[in-house]
Amino acid sequence: MRHIISILIENESGALSRVAGLFSARGYNIESLTVAPTEDPSLSRMTLVTSGSDEIIEQITKQLNKLIDVVKLIDLAESAHIERELMLVKIKTTHETREEVKRMVDIFRGKIIDVTPNSYVVEMTGQSNKLDAFIHGFEEGSIIEVARSGPTGISRGEKGLHL
Amino acid sequence: MELSGGQILVQCLKDEGVEFVFGYPGGSVLHIYDAIFHQDDVKHILVRHEQGATHSADAYARATGKPGVVLVTSGPGATNAVTGIATAYMDSIPMVIISGQVPSPVIGSDAFQEVDTVGITRPCVKHNFLVKDVNQLAETIKKAFYVATTGRPGPVLVDVPKDITDPNIKIPYKYPKKVSMRSYNPVVTGHKGQIKRAVEMLLCAQRPMIYSGGGVILGEAHEELTELTRMLGYPITNTLMGLGGYPATDKQFVGMLGMHGTYEANMGMHEADVILAVGARFDDRVTGKLAEFCPYAKIVHIDVDPASISKTVKVDVPIVGEVKPVLQQMIELIKDSKTKPSKAALESWWQLIQSWRDVNCLEYDRESRIIKPQYVVEQLYEVTNGNAFVTSDVGQHQMYAAQYYKFDKPRRWINSGGLGTMGFGLPAAIGVKLAFPEADVACITGEASIQMCIQELSTALQYNTPVKIVNLNNRYMGMVRQWQEFSYQSRYSHSYMDTIPDFVKLAEAYGHVGIRVEKPEEVRDALKQAFEMKDRTVFLDFITDRTENVYPMIEAGKAHHDMKLRVAPGTPVERELS
Repeated sequence: MRHIISILIENESGALSRVAGLFSARGYNIESLTVAPTEDPSLSRMTLVTSGSDEIIEQITKQLNKLIDVVKLIDLAESAHIERELMLVKIKTTHETREEVKRMVDIFRGKIIDVTPNSYVVEMTGQSNKLDAFIHGFEEGSIIEVARSGPTGISRGEKGLHL
Repeated sequence: MELSGGQILVQCLKDEGVEFVFGYPGGSVLHIYDAIFHQDDVKHILVRHEQGATHSADAYARATGKPGVVLVTSGPGATNAVTGIATAYMDSIPMVIISGQVPSPVIGSDAFQEVDTVGITRPCVKHNFLVKDVNQLAETIKKAFYVATTGRPGPVLVDVPKDITDPNIKIPYKYPKKVSMRSYNPVVTGHKGQIKRAVEMLLCAQRPMIYSGGGVILGEAHEELTELTRMLGYPITNTLMGLGGYPATDKQFVGMLGMHGTYEANMGMHEADVILAVGARFDDRVTGKLAEFCPYAKIVHIDVDPASISKTVKVDVPIVGEVKPVLQQMIELIKDSKTKPSKAALESWWQLIQSWRDVNCLEYDRESRIIKPQYVVEQLYEVTNGNAFVTSDVGQHQMYAAQYYKFDKPRRWINSGGLGTMGFGLPAAIGVKLAFPEADVACITGEASIQMCIQELSTALQYNTPVKIVNLNNRYMGMVRQWQEFSYQSRYSHSYMDTIPDFVKLAEAYGHVGIRVEKPEEVRDALKQAFEMKDRTVFLDFITDRTENVYPMIEAGKAHHDMKLRVAPGTPVERELS
């Protein structure tokens, strides 16, 4: 099963490689990983998407907690949560296809943020499967490049992951 | 007080109460060595190879309970130390390693003797630090000792770039009395409700077994474990790392368990209905085939490390906490409990155990005209009255030592259990002897293992650490040969050495005493003679039976009740078979 693990970690050099190293050393799956400092610059928040049986997820959370730099973590999949991913897509356009592409972007509630005679850059956020669906809506060869952030998430309600 | 980084580092060690630093100098630690030169409080032990430094410091920690300290230079100094750091990590030994690093401005430029020490050691340390500012040096050292010695202990490395120790930059020094880290809060006491559940389960057991590991030794909980075990009257087995956690000569002790454990310990685990695992981690050498591990048992597991719980074996009552306070709480609950262990059930359980004991699984051919390695260990036990510190290397001799030397006290049996590091024994013996100069220290080794850190014989002379090396010389990498005999139709691929040094001459060349022993009747006298030479390191080269194997054995992937037993003339197994 897919799990989204949110981690508060000391914002120190090497902290990221401790997490990444743990996953490779123990053979755990890692689908995506995003990291950035929080409102407290001494802390980073990491969102890690992984999958595995309940036993494996239990070991992953325990092993992550054991890392000295990890302050706190939660498995978002255990309760109601919101997850979003940011995607920037560069799409090839011609005079004939420009209108159609724009309609697609509107349907998916994206934004066109760069325009040249032959391309658009589209900004889009949403759940990962929505972003997948958008990409699949285009013919092969029409997408020049895709940059995705990987999902990040937060729990619903007033409780939160903080010190 | 204004001090330079190098001076601060040495002063920190002094303030931390460090007795010995095991190390080897080099370019990026020269400022630190200069600071060491100007003081006498922290004694530096100059090894001959950085691996030796780590094993000596590690064994010092194992024998004393205090953290071992290592000082190495950057690049090869640090990489040579990695084996020893990994050894300590696998066995949860508190150790602080200070490694020099190239000056901060050139880090990342592939400078001379530069490696990414923090990166290389990351997977085999509890934590590591790179010091970026001399103002953080003292606090970092304090944190290193704090992390290394608390919770589940382990090695912590501090990488110190050369400019940090610059003698020309002096800053005010103050060693912090305490540190706290918001991201590190090890659990101490166990969950009360869980402890209560565990006690109820234990008291209702029909076929109980206590299985204790290295955590009891590390957690100084041997007294509590002994009290609890005697109070209940239950059988107890120790892991390789847990030997000495319960007196081996006691009648409730059924021996070591696992791959080369006794028949009674493994059968007991297999048939048990309740298992109390104390500070043990269900290592594969202990469990054998996981799917058939303790098929009838409910398991209680006490461990300070939550990640150890249900890692390989799913447990019924997990208790996260230090074993000592948890056992104390259990003892109190048992005292107050109205439920008492069932006498009838326990009696028939002990009868069953006795029938397994009667197999006499550790019996061997005592009439042999060739020295049997088991005999040497038994004689060592007698000559030292069971009181020696025994270090070992890795292989058959390690198993013989574990099986035949009966450890009644904790911290006396010092071996590389988790990583299985050949070369550990000799530097380990030196570390122990430095800590306990008056004690008998023996290194049980083999002719293959001893050659991996043989250069430390020179260290032994320089620091006058008269240890006794008991070399069980069978001219084979015995354990490898044994596996090849069992699993590869005796194709002994590279498990022997065509050339082996003359160990007597070698010992003499290093300034020690060498004795070769070739006949069983000479064994005891040679050992006595060696231990009577209080001020000399003695290398005893016992020429032992080449064909001897370690029994019992659970072959890899097999279950506890599926043991290979010795078929030796006159043993019960032979009688049963014939």
